[in-house]
Amino acid sequence: MSPETDRLVTRGVAVRARRGGSGAPVLFLHGAGGWPVWLPFFERLAQKHALLVPEHPCFGLSDDPQWLRDVPDLAMYYLDFLDQVYGAPVHIIGHSLGGWIAAEAAVRNIHRFASLTLIAPAGIRVKGIPPADVFIWSPEEFARNRVYDQELAGQQVQAPPPTEQQLDIDLQNRLAGVKFGWQPRLFNPDLEKWLHRMTVPTHIVWGVQDSILPSAYAQAWGERVPGAQVSPIEACGHVPQVEKCDLVADKVTAFFDRVRA
Amino acid sequence: MKFVCFHLMPYRPLDLDAANDHRSAWVVLPNSLYDPKKGAAEYDSYLDQLAYAEPLGFDAIGVNEHHQTAYGMMPAPNLIASALIQRTKKVQIAILGRALPLVSNPINIAEEFAMLDVLSKGRIITGFVRGIGAEYHSTGVNPAFSHERFHEAHDLIIKAWTTPGPFEFEGEHFRFRYVNLWPKPYQTPHPPVWIPSMGSRETVVWASAPERKYPFMVTFSPETAVVRYHNMYREAALAHGYTAAGGQLGWAVPIYVAATDERARDEAREGIETLFNNFLRMPPEMLLPPGYTSISSLKVTMKMRPALGAQPHKQTVEDLIASGTAVIGSPATVRERIERVRDQTGFDILITLLQFGVMSDELALRNMELFAGEVMPKLR
Repeated sequence: MSPETDRLVTRGVAVRARRGGSGAPVLFLHGAGGWPVWLPFFERLAQKHALLVPEHPCFGLSDDPQWLRDVPDLAMYYLDFLDQVYGAPVHIIGHSLGGWIAAEAAVRNIHRFASLTLIAPAGIRVKGIPPADVFIWSPEEFARNRVYDQELAGQQVQAPPPTEQQLDIDLQNRLAGVKFGWQPRLFNPDLEKWLHRMTVPTHIVWGVQDSILPSAYAQAWGERVPGAQVSPIEACGHVPQVEKCDLVADKVTAFFDRVRA
Repeated sequence: MKFVCFHLMPYRPLDLDAANDHRSAWVVLPNSLYDPKKGAAEYDSYLDQLAYAEPLGFDAIGVNEHHQTAYGMMPAPNLIASALIQRTKKVQIAILGRALPLVSNPINIAEEFAMLDVLSKGRIITGFVRGIGAEYHSTGVNPAFSHERFHEAHDLIIKAWTTPGPFEFEGEHFRFRYVNLWPKPYQTPHPPVWIPSMGSRETVVWASAPERKYPFMVTFSPETAVVRYHNMYREAALAHGYTAAGGQLGWAVPIYVAATDERARDEAREGIETLFNNFLRMPPEMLLPPGYTSISSLKVTMKMRPALGAQPHKQTVEDLIASGTAVIGSPATVRERIERVRDQTGFDILITLLQFGVMSDELALRNMELFAGEVMPKLR
């Protein structure tokens, strides 16, 4: 199935979005690497759900408003977006930076959420366990540290050089990643105070060998979010939905089924 | 032509082999490789060299700011400037410069420059820079806001120097209920402001604006890039509606003079090669973090700047002479190289780096004397 691509405008800010499938609505918020291609993971979700994958403001070819300056701003943007796009609560999945955005939005207005799935989310800091310094890594180090399976990493390292347009998108994504994640590094010191407000069913998914955000963070989220389910994924790095697609898709859809039951 | 004797104050006792085990001589180089006793001797040597530039006839002596690196031992260049005020009588002292975006309170920079200006009775030249990319890693300041913070801090400092206080300053990054400098600068309306830069069109257009006319110093660039940036400044001035003076154009360049070209090259080799290959070595992720330059400028810079540490291959003294990134040779050769750029751009400020890398005191002093005796008078 090939997804449809739209440009969605919320209060004057346009973002690219792909959508596919039908059923209960699911919104996927991507990580700092940028808007993913239509992944096999999305294909799995779209079998039973109406999946929407927007490209965040300031990333890629979405609008880049200067006033949008931090992750709390992105969270407020997405609360407006939810009001505009959906009439009822939505299942929201956020990966890494996208998980951070989802959590910031959830503590502000949980009533827009049917459930929350956070895959290796940024956003909080466990003192003494800093995340890796992703901004000092070379592209190859990044590719190697992002996943556990080094064969998969090797394929990415040897990928052909990007086209001119893809290079522009990559540079824009890196700029946005720095804007939102550089200082404080990949977290908001205020967010942790409010995680008790995440009162919908919440599912934390984490690669046990995550080299970017150590899996010790999964435990911290599990302790702070009321009733959260934590799913560690073995032999897996920072992108479980890519590296362990079927397993993660099974766990996510089973979680959705339990929420509905 | 105005001559500045400029110093980076590199940490020469560095164990270069040990340093090469690390990603860079910046940010991550363990400070267990720094010995304070050797560092003290380095300060002595370098202060002597800068003070010696006054009797040699230089118009100014210059220092600059760098953090968490063996490349330069002046995280607080105003401390060195203060020592130089006490060691000299008439020479101007240029701090090229302070990195405005890296501080949380730019008023401190305005105050310290004002203090130095009063202490020296008006001998201070200030420089405003953004710091290099690595310093956004070492300070944690977000490079995505580097330009905004620079412009806001600049506006605040100039206003603090020129507007009677107290006044209120309301910016996006800096907000102060009271701005009221005690002391104010000695020079009126304020000390000269120079803009050293690795070059970007945005900076050139901004520096050349009629309300500023800040002298623009091109640093560590191949000759073709120096000419291109000087002429870019001239064109920007024309677009602003005036003709740029030579005193608005500067060139900061490593120079080494000896009796013959061959001897100069041999004596300069170790110093210049360690400067570029050891002290300046850093990966592009450290040199140019996203946001430090605009995306369009970033693409141009990466094409135009083969001399910078982003380049993986080792650079030899021959490469650096050939590209004109360093000017090395007999007095006649050095003079001709400088005149060749002056003929193309009319620049009038030469910032000479006469000690670089691991170059010894003996060679550095001889270089200073030969440059001042054999080259400088003929360029005046």
